[in-house]
Amino acid sequence: MKKEPFLKMSRREKISWQKRLMIRIAALLLSLLVCAGVIFLLVRMNPFDVYKAIWDGALGSERRIWITIRDTMILLCIAIGLAPAFKMRFWNIGAEGQILVGGACAAAAMIYAGDKMPPVLLLVVMFVCSALGGMVWGMIPAVFKAYWNTNETLFTLMLNYVAMQIVTFCIVFWENPKGSNTVGIINQSTQAGWLPELFGQKYGWNVLIVLVFTVVMFIYLKYSKHGYEISVVGESENTARYAGIRVRKVIIRTMAISGAICGIAGFVIVSGASHTISTATADGRGFTAIIVAWLSKFNTFIMLAVSFGIVFMQQGAVQIATQYGLNENASDVILGIILFFLIGAEFFINYKVERAKK
Amino acid sequence: MSVLIIFIQKAIVQGICILYGALGEIMTEKSGNLNLGIPGIMYMGGISGLMGAFFYEKDNPNPNALVGVLISLLCAFTVAALGGLIYSVLTITLRVNQNVTGLALTIFGTGFGNFFGGSISKLAGGVGQISVKVTGSAYTAKIPGLSKIPVLGDLLFSYGFMTYLCIIVAVLLSVFLFKTRYGLNLRAIGENPGTADAAGINVTKYKYLSTCIGAGLAGLGGLYFVMEYSGGTWTDNGFGDRGWLAVALVIFALWKPLNAIWGAFLFGALYILYLYIPGLGRSMQEVFKALPYVVTIIVLVFTSFRKKKEHQPPAGLGLPYFREER
Repeated sequence: MKKEPFLKMSRREKISWQKRLMIRIAALLLSLLVCAGVIFLLVRMNPFDVYKAIWDGALGSERRIWITIRDTMILLCIAIGLAPAFKMRFWNIGAEGQILVGGACAAAAMIYAGDKMPPVLLLVVMFVCSALGGMVWGMIPAVFKAYWNTNETLFTLMLNYVAMQIVTFCIVFWENPKGSNTVGIINQSTQAGWLPELFGQKYGWNVLIVLVFTVVMFIYLKYSKHGYEISVVGESENTARYAGIRVRKVIIRTMAISGAICGIAGFVIVSGASHTISTATADGRGFTAIIVAWLSKFNTFIMLAVSFGIVFMQQGAVQIATQYGLNENASDVILGIILFFLIGAEFFINYKVERAKK
Repeated sequence: MSVLIIFIQKAIVQGICILYGALGEIMTEKSGNLNLGIPGIMYMGGISGLMGAFFYEKDNPNPNALVGVLISLLCAFTVAALGGLIYSVLTITLRVNQNVTGLALTIFGTGFGNFFGGSISKLAGGVGQISVKVTGSAYTAKIPGLSKIPVLGDLLFSYGFMTYLCIIVAVLLSVFLFKTRYGLNLRAIGENPGTADAAGINVTKYKYLSTCIGAGLAGLGGLYFVMEYSGGTWTDNGFGDRGWLAVALVIFALWKPLNAIWGAFLFGALYILYLYIPGLGRSMQEVFKALPYVVTIIVLVFTSFRKKKEHQPPAGLGLPYFREER
């Protein structure tokens, strides 16, 4: 006779947003506790000092606040790009590559057309080029998925590294100064192709572009016909086919949009933040954004909050690292721990755990 | 001739790093878990093995090479398996998404490796460059006698013991998967966990064990890189993207450990080919470095064209299993 399990799990039908938020906050607090424990073990310092250092690092001065905002916007932009693909249950792990290709297109326009166009036109050309680059990179696996059901998770993953080699290939031609193997700051003297200040803020345009995307994508997914088609295809391709939706078209179209926005994220990084291109342009953010998009369940406004939270912790961790002479990779360890807790919290949002009744 | 021998030797050494990871991932994927945390896990295994050997040699005036080897093997396997355990708890017990969990594990594991790799000497009280001479020499020791045979000795017998261990593991894994009942059970779970459960197989136990042991195996790949390839030193991000190549190799080998052996040597050769083709400009070298990934994509596309049953990924790959929702 087998014993009945002590705990009973069942899927929740519905959960109020307050309860969902409470579970998330509890997970975040727990993860911070564990992180404090880890940091204490490593450097033997008061955890409260650690959290004060995190706060200082992310929001301690106006410059740091703007860096936090800048990085939040970039992460958010990538997550927005991934949202439609994930809603369709298309695992686009290739944001990293789409960003790099988009960034490389923007950089190419900056380098080759920097002095041949009026500044505003140049920016428009860069924007369009990076969107097209990312779009192509996103559509390749989509076409194969749509027609031959090729595994998109692995396909997009591999394309990341092909994109990385394309960037290093370009760097050989663009390097400046010669022999440095880096592109350096592009158009440093003329600032051609740099996003200008907006409202007196250096990163004003970055914020504006990404916030527009946030709103538009929210409406697109929730209220447009396309958005509805995406969710039907995501739920069941057979249902979609039965309802007369052309599944192949939806898959390719959605990945074109997804890739294009990731490409634009590359434009925002190159034109609005780093003014250079390297294999570190994406810097793993394509992967982090996957987690952001998934945790937010395709709601772009929740993505804003999650992106901010992650960037906040990363900036804070960098601060701890410099302040206490730790290695800067500590931030990845801390980020990893926090992500584990946030991901695990999803279980308690989706399932109810009760003591089994006798 | 001698250039060719060196090329083959280097290709095999590169290939073995990837092969360990791929074998671990095959073991994991056969149970239906797509563990994208393998790159992180390999970092964790590498640094843990190095740290184990380092602290052993530091506290010991006369370190014994064999003890050092055992400690580092044990540390690498255990910590990597713990990484697999994190993944298992999240995806099997808590049923959260496998891709998301795997990517988070890669972020964590890579950070873990670089963090400890970068601060190990500081944590140990500022001893400068970490080196594990005694243990490292045991890892790079060649087979005496046999390695002296010209050509044949260079090609077949000039590697450390972990190279041969890896081939043995690959053969054993193949026998386990395709010739034993446990292997059959495991494959059944990967294809359809619901059916396997109905047949009385403990799905949860199998998934946990295969994921953790698979992660441990992959961790040995990190250790191999640190000990044999780099001779017992750590460089931040030195391991590079080999972890993703291991994931790619699983596809290339069509989920079969024996295919993975020659696949690994081929990947190793493609990985360093650019160094050995004369007259290649810098830009063309970069193009050549993309070869392993392009080849994997081509294999992926062709297997999806042909739809041959024995060439497909496990049918339940990437899907969570919840008994109550069958």
